[in-house]
Amino acid sequence: MITLVKRPTPSQFWAYATPLLAVFATMVAGGILFAALGKDPIAAIKVIFYDPLFGPNAAYFRGQLLVKAGPLILIASGLAVGFRAGIWNIGAEGQYIMGALAGASVALAAYPAESHLLFPAMVVAGALGGWLWGMIPALLKTAFGTSEILVSLMLVYVAQNFLAYAAFGPLKNPDGYGFPGSRNLQQYPSAHNPELIAGTGMHWGVVAAFLAVIATYVLMQRHIAGFRIRTAGEAPRAARFAGVVPAKLVMFCLGLSGAFAGLAGLFEVAGPNGQITDSFNAGYGFTAIIVAFLGRLNAVGILLAGLLMALTYIGGDMAQLMLGLPTAAIQVFQGMLLFFLLGFDLLTHYRLRLGRARA
Amino acid sequence: MIGGIDIVTLIAALMAASTPVLLAATGELVAEKAGVLNLGVEGMMILGAVAGFATAVTTGSPVLGFIGGAIAGALLASLFALLTQILLSNQTATGLALTLFGLGLSALFGKGFEGIRPPPTTKIDLGPLSDMPVLGPILFHHDWVVYLSLILVAVTWAFLKYSRMGLIIRAVGENHDAAHALGYRVIAVRFAALAFGGALAGMGGAYLSLVRVPQWTEGMTAGAGWIALAIVVFASWKPERVLIGAYLFGGITALQLQLQAAGYAIPVHLLSMAPYVITVLVLVILSATHRHGAPAAPAALGRSFHASN
Repeated sequence: MITLVKRPTPSQFWAYATPLLAVFATMVAGGILFAALGKDPIAAIKVIFYDPLFGPNAAYFRGQLLVKAGPLILIASGLAVGFRAGIWNIGAEGQYIMGALAGASVALAAYPAESHLLFPAMVVAGALGGWLWGMIPALLKTAFGTSEILVSLMLVYVAQNFLAYAAFGPLKNPDGYGFPGSRNLQQYPSAHNPELIAGTGMHWGVVAAFLAVIATYVLMQRHIAGFRIRTAGEAPRAARFAGVVPAKLVMFCLGLSGAFAGLAGLFEVAGPNGQITDSFNAGYGFTAIIVAFLGRLNAVGILLAGLLMALTYIGGDMAQLMLGLPTAAIQVFQGMLLFFLLGFDLLTHYRLRLGRARA
Repeated sequence: MIGGIDIVTLIAALMAASTPVLLAATGELVAEKAGVLNLGVEGMMILGAVAGFATAVTTGSPVLGFIGGAIAGALLASLFALLTQILLSNQTATGLALTLFGLGLSALFGKGFEGIRPPPTTKIDLGPLSDMPVLGPILFHHDWVVYLSLILVAVTWAFLKYSRMGLIIRAVGENHDAAHALGYRVIAVRFAALAFGGALAGMGGAYLSLVRVPQWTEGMTAGAGWIALAIVVFASWKPERVLIGAYLFGGITALQLQLQAAGYAIPVHLLSMAPYVITVLVLVILSATHRHGAPAAPAALGRSFHASN
């Protein structure tokens, strides 16, 4: 019989080791899944994890890596701050959509005027759009005590319908021959978020993601606000005695994560995606939750986790192309990763002992 | 007919529209009564939807389909139970993981089942009752799952309120340390409650794919699982109020669909928002009025239990 003994303090070693162990276990379990789907598991794992980085067409895929990792890292950085405080914003997908809509609306309103001020204005609008959408659950939580989990999630579906409404209605391209979807911002120089260094996939959104990592690192590790956020998450009562105002914390965390998600949406619509369509959002807001946990809610961890998760996206696309692996298999794979991570986290907080516990 | 909307059809549609969330919310209620917050309802529902659909299509029997959906939901819930009860993982995070995993897994299994029609679920013919004007179409013209869901709500209510097992479940949910000290097996009780919740969520999902739509499409639950969670909060953890909450939600969904069909000049997408917006509004009204009242949530809700001390 194995019993669990709670560790007095979380194990430093396992805090770093569990994500690696979880990735390894996911590869094994994923391999079994791929084998069950009738694919060679070793080949599938190689196509997903190795080929995009070092395979024959790696030069192209490495660029894609930053394109996919950028929004994931940007959103997850914001979410992790809230998760640390025990504030669960799970509606980042909605904030992402609203940021993209707000930013794109500014661009489409200005069309076809060219100005250097347009893109910065779009960035501000994008952040504001996401921030406002994040403030709805924040205000309802602080004013009425409504669960931010449910409200932020419900707002994802509202945002999705709003996106479809905008794509078919007010933002529809007047020169689009009746097809739904807005003008393509990639063909509008002032509004376009271009690749900054050819072939790297680096665009302003990736820059913003790196800045977000640095900013949240400083905030959480070097600033009193970060200390307060962590205290509020680990010992809410103690935090209140230390002068933390819960309402302010809720507003800050949901506002910050909303703004980051909104920015991610804006950079996506102005850059790699180019266009507001009803299926513009690709689930980054939800995958970012996995990224935040895989990165152990830590800024640097999120950077690495975001890159890894982006790799599974690209590798998944490749595996679909080369092995006929269904796209959904990658979603399952990502879900499994989160399960293993949460399960193995036991080792961080508890020691395993053989034999029965003393009664 | 009021404003192009047939009231009788609307109320009859309401009962069918609310059945999936009613089933899922009743299951989640039992799990939460045992002190576990399972945010994975959406994942269990969608897996139930695909498993139920696949079973019904391959066997040709909708009854087996509903059983298949319930089993799939219960299995996924058991995974949640394993992680949160034995490996003591964070319930919020694990619930989210369950939803993401369920969405992926259902999409994977659902390949090849798209664009097929399922075998029809039989409507119960109650003879003269069904032929009654007004009440007939509203109350006595449904398939057996609608009635089963109502029976399940009643049974759950009586079980939690009057049975010994129900009392144990509530004890575990209110204070797991005390329940443990009394010799109740907290983890086993929670495992069972979660599996029951998963089974009902799976059945609710199967109702969507077998009766409501009826078809399998990726992501077809469209937040129904989350609405079920909201309904449990709305119901202040009381089964009879879950019924009200689910029917309120079903009414809005049915009304919204009928408004679309009646050709009102409101964009379809804005109408589709209605159930979600109203769910938020209801949550707000509820939390605003309950602010200073007695807290209705089970006291140990969301807390991990570890018998180390």
